[in-house]
Amino acid sequence: MHTKTLKALSNALAAGEVSSQELTRHFLDRIKQLDPGVNSFITVTEEQALAQAKAADEQRVAGNATALTGVPIAHKDIFCTRGVKTSCASKMLDNFIAPYNATVVEKMNDAGIVTLGKTNMDEFAMGSSNETSFYGPVKNPWNTDCVPGGSSGGSAAAVAARLAPAATGTDTGGSIRQPASLCGITGLKPTYGRVSRWGMIAFASSLDQAGPMTQTAEDAALLMNAMAGFDPKDSTSTDIEVPDYTADLNKPLDGLRIGLPKEFFEDGLDAGVGQVVQEAIALYEKLGATLVDIELPNTHLSIPAYYVVAPAEASSNLSRFDGVRFGYRCKDPLDLEDLYKRSRGEGFGEEVKRRIMIGTYALSAGYYDAYYLKAQKVRRLIKNDFDEAFKNVDVIMGPTSPNAGFKLGEKASDPVSMYLSDIYTISVNMAGLPGISIPAGLSNSLPVGLQIIGNYFDEARLLNVAHRYQQETDWHAQVPAAFV
Amino acid sequence: MALDKEDVTKIAHLARLQVADSEIEATTERLSSILGLIEQLEAAPTDGVEPMAHPTDAVQRLREDVVTETNHRDEYQQIAPATEGGLYLVPKVIE
Repeated sequence: MHTKTLKALSNALAAGEVSSQELTRHFLDRIKQLDPGVNSFITVTEEQALAQAKAADEQRVAGNATALTGVPIAHKDIFCTRGVKTSCASKMLDNFIAPYNATVVEKMNDAGIVTLGKTNMDEFAMGSSNETSFYGPVKNPWNTDCVPGGSSGGSAAAVAARLAPAATGTDTGGSIRQPASLCGITGLKPTYGRVSRWGMIAFASSLDQAGPMTQTAEDAALLMNAMAGFDPKDSTSTDIEVPDYTADLNKPLDGLRIGLPKEFFEDGLDAGVGQVVQEAIALYEKLGATLVDIELPNTHLSIPAYYVVAPAEASSNLSRFDGVRFGYRCKDPLDLEDLYKRSRGEGFGEEVKRRIMIGTYALSAGYYDAYYLKAQKVRRLIKNDFDEAFKNVDVIMGPTSPNAGFKLGEKASDPVSMYLSDIYTISVNMAGLPGISIPAGLSNSLPVGLQIIGNYFDEARLLNVAHRYQQETDWHAQVPAAFV
Repeated sequence: MALDKEDVTKIAHLARLQVADSEIEATTERLSSILGLIEQLEAAPTDGVEPMAHPTDAVQRLREDVVTETNHRDEYQQIAPATEGGLYLVPKVIE
């Protein structure tokens, strides 16, 4: 049952082959039995899940079921969930019970989806390995000595280990796609503004975007139908119509023009990863696509620009955690300044403090033009590269990450080497484009993801292109041996 | 640009973060290496380039000037570290 896709589970529920309560209990049992070795959940909401499942079963009997009524999923612990701890994997929010639901959570509840629990992540979504969590690192189900990627590492590992059929994630610089790649699952980062950010704990507001993490592109399409849409409560939400993302999944790929940026296949790309990606691209050629060599000449500037924009916005967003209204407060503060400094100094982990300080410095008097304004100009150059490329191609393909899952601890002491592992994903966030990572093979027994980047609001095409590949291959159906 | 310990102490103060004396040196080193990465921006030709704040250049939406928020004070204060009479408590600021 646990190896079935969301789509198959939805069919099984509709056919009455299984009830939501049976399904939910099955996944809760798996989490109890197997998650201690993976650490993908921070909170399991057993009681609430079973109540939601019971309500879903009743809804079905009453004839009011949607396609997703009764399917269980997990939410990244960055989404506020009413009455449930929402920690963002930080000591700062270890005691935080959210008083409201994020719009994404609300929409999924309305669709009848059951929440199994909240998944582990890098603290405040700052990391690419899930090692910065206050609750300890997540292990990659394919090899528990390796990282699952980050920051949505708990969501990726939970889906890969089939502890949940699907999960939500967020992606600021690659945090959905990179862990999806390292764990062998499908992860979609939608266009900036497509999915509401309301109730999603803010990291870098001009980059953050939520999306689905699933076994297949078809499942991602089903979840997008529930997640996407305009939200007046998110000031940067885009008010354009939401298509049925499942409608075009089977469209043939004849004549599809695939852009291959030369910058994505240069030094720094692991040879095994490169080979898997080349084989995937060759399959697309067989499916009728044509390959076009393109250039994204400012790719090398995306990481430096990101490490100005994201920390600057984070330093501002995270100023709300001050020990006054919610979250961690230090013991016996001497005065107000001591209260702020020690609550924040003790409540935040090392990486979060580093980024707050970088951002504070970049925004401080005398440095704004040299750092933040300069980075915003470079951001325009990166976007212009993509605009130019999309004049001649329909999608862009390349690796999601330069490497497969690396060893726990390998990059933990060198922040800059960790930052470089997001080289192929960050430019997509800088431009605000949608991107998807799909499993394309194994290198040294670890999963490798193919990244497909689309034009603005072209998620349906990305899902179509991904789905056709998954009709021809079975990488997305492979389960790590210990979790079959 | 390499930072020195004094810079880091000042930045930590601006960010209202306590950084223990024993951590200043390692923090200085790591922040300097991140700034080294960021410095690659200097070489980018950006004369006449419009800074980009939003991917689709959307502007702030306006709405009718009416009350939309409902009162959740009691609920929100339940998760506060210290409150009294509907107010959030902090150490005394004015003598």
